[in-house]
Amino acid sequence: MDLFEYQGKQFFAQYGMPISDGEVAFSVDEALAAAERLGPPVMVKSQVLTGGRGKLGGIKFAADMDAVKEHATNILGLDIKGHIVERLWIEKASDIAEEYYMSFTLDRSAKKHLGMLSAAGGMDIETVAAETPEKISKIWVDPVDGLTDELAAEWVNGANLNPDAVEGAIDIAKKLYHAYTDGDCDLVEINPLILTPDGRVHVLDSKVTLDGNSEFRHEDYAQYDETQTRDEREEAAHAKGLQYVGLEGSVGVIANGAGLAMSTLDVVNQVGGRPANFLDIGGGANADVMSGALEVINNDPSVKSIFINIFGGITRGEEVANGIIEALKRVKIDAPIIIRLDGTNAEEGREILKPHLNDMLQMEDTMLDAAKVAVELAK
Amino acid sequence: MAIFVDENTKVVYQGLTGKTGSYYGGLNKEYGTQVVAGTHPRKAGTDVDGVPIYANVADAVAATGATASCIFIPAPGVKDAVMEAAEGGVEFIVAITEGVPAHDEAWFYNKLKRDFPNVRLLGPNCPGIISPGKANIGITAGHIAKAGGPVGIVSRSGTLTYQALYELKQKDIGVTTCVGIGGDPVPGTNFIDCLEAFENDPETKAIMMIGEIGGSAEEEAAEYIKANVSKPVTSYVAGVTAPPGKKMGHAGAIVSGGKGTAAAKREALEDAGVKVGRNPTEAGELMAEIVAAL
Repeated sequence: MDLFEYQGKQFFAQYGMPISDGEVAFSVDEALAAAERLGPPVMVKSQVLTGGRGKLGGIKFAADMDAVKEHATNILGLDIKGHIVERLWIEKASDIAEEYYMSFTLDRSAKKHLGMLSAAGGMDIETVAAETPEKISKIWVDPVDGLTDELAAEWVNGANLNPDAVEGAIDIAKKLYHAYTDGDCDLVEINPLILTPDGRVHVLDSKVTLDGNSEFRHEDYAQYDETQTRDEREEAAHAKGLQYVGLEGSVGVIANGAGLAMSTLDVVNQVGGRPANFLDIGGGANADVMSGALEVINNDPSVKSIFINIFGGITRGEEVANGIIEALKRVKIDAPIIIRLDGTNAEEGREILKPHLNDMLQMEDTMLDAAKVAVELAK
Repeated sequence: MAIFVDENTKVVYQGLTGKTGSYYGGLNKEYGTQVVAGTHPRKAGTDVDGVPIYANVADAVAATGATASCIFIPAPGVKDAVMEAAEGGVEFIVAITEGVPAHDEAWFYNKLKRDFPNVRLLGPNCPGIISPGKANIGITAGHIAKAGGPVGIVSRSGTLTYQALYELKQKDIGVTTCVGIGGDPVPGTNFIDCLEAFENDPETKAIMMIGEIGGSAEEEAAEYIKANVSKPVTSYVAGVTAPPGKKMGHAGAIVSGGKGTAAAKREALEDAGVKVGRNPTEAGELMAEIVAAL
């Protein structure tokens, strides 16, 4: 789960990191009121859950109130990589002497937390990472030990920051690591972390991704969940507790297990079709889950055919078949359905389905054949 | 032979008294697995269908000689359950539970490596392990696997693991051991651990490896295969067509940029001499060709 910049900053502030005074604004009037209180010059910053907004005109400096009005008007409603700007963060502008980059994330290969720090922060950090990786100082932190004072100092000293920034950067490094572990984050990133002309190290941006699996021990996650931007289809699926990702094609996909669901997308593509979604209904395939899944798919106007791909493991074929039939009684489906049922007691399951088959409910023995039919029907 | 577990493995189930634990524990026992004990802090002295319950893993090990544990504890309790198992004296831990926080996984992975280097953890968020005809620990449907080898399977995905077993059974090909390593960011056992074990297992003559988008585990496995594996390997990597930046259900299956894509993984595997199918069926067919030529 990704946080908006301002949410991330407020999260960082809880751990004692220095952030700029600011306010959220949903309209030009609110932006002006915020700027009035803060006193220009201010930054007008779009709040979207994607990177690269600065280069696309989503971040502007406003020297006075007229500029605040102009930029707020332009940025609200702006399309940034498919994300429409609905909220702004108005923040007191900072004087910048130098820009750094600092982050923590889990290194899956090393199975340790990876800290990265660079004196070459700012908008082009990805270029730095690709072309001059030696400019990034890395540390691997053993989760059992945590980030010790010695390790933090060694890391920061290895990054060639301005000597004036070292002490402040070490302090923020320790606080950032604390926020990262205490908050169960997949990622915490400050870019840029700045050194001001008067020698303070300050957080000017934030990127925070929380681990959804940790929700049970973080009451504050719920407030962030409310501000997640999902498309309508994803919202509906999320409400039903289904693992759903909206895609661009016309073949609706329902499968059990994330691997099989991904595999289903692959096969649909292989035979020349385009999947409309990824939908994993999990291990079971009872009538409740199946009807929920069918409802979500059915509400997607671009779906022209529905491919149900179930492999019975512990869940037996008869249960799956009965679940599908029961679900079809509950939901009126507009697109033809193609079922592939395999695995445990698949034969018995298919027998149950047979009397119900017609143009709108078809069955194929293999994944590949079912995909071909689904793609043909979606044309 | 089989890897990691066989007919001599005695298993204690942490969470056997719960709904999921008793269901799968029962199925595992029915399959022939030595299900010797369960644990529950307040139900010691009771039993679940004749399997005695102990207060903790240490007591269960002392009373029954259990050598492995299988965890069906809800996600918030998995960190403690893993450590309880290691401290209790088992040498193999299978954590089925999904939804375990990544920071917990990273913590107990490193804690085990440091304090219990001889303990192997499988999972979390995995279907478990089956050595057909000998032991089935976890949630795999036992009858979809044919016993006896010559193929060893290692997979990151649950349903695709079953699919792989089933494809081989349809072709009358047996399996020595099928290991579901799970799709989480920090799996206790990875591809390389299994590849090494299969390479050293005389009964395993060929290896099937099912991967998934995200991370770099498949690329690392490919490097390992190139340098260390003499047995033929077939593979399938799910998510060839997954769009970048989207999270596809498994915590592990996220693609960012060009790294971790199925195409990159496929290329790395083919470069290591692995035969890669475009779907699970094709991977099964490739394996059938290899087995026929053995």
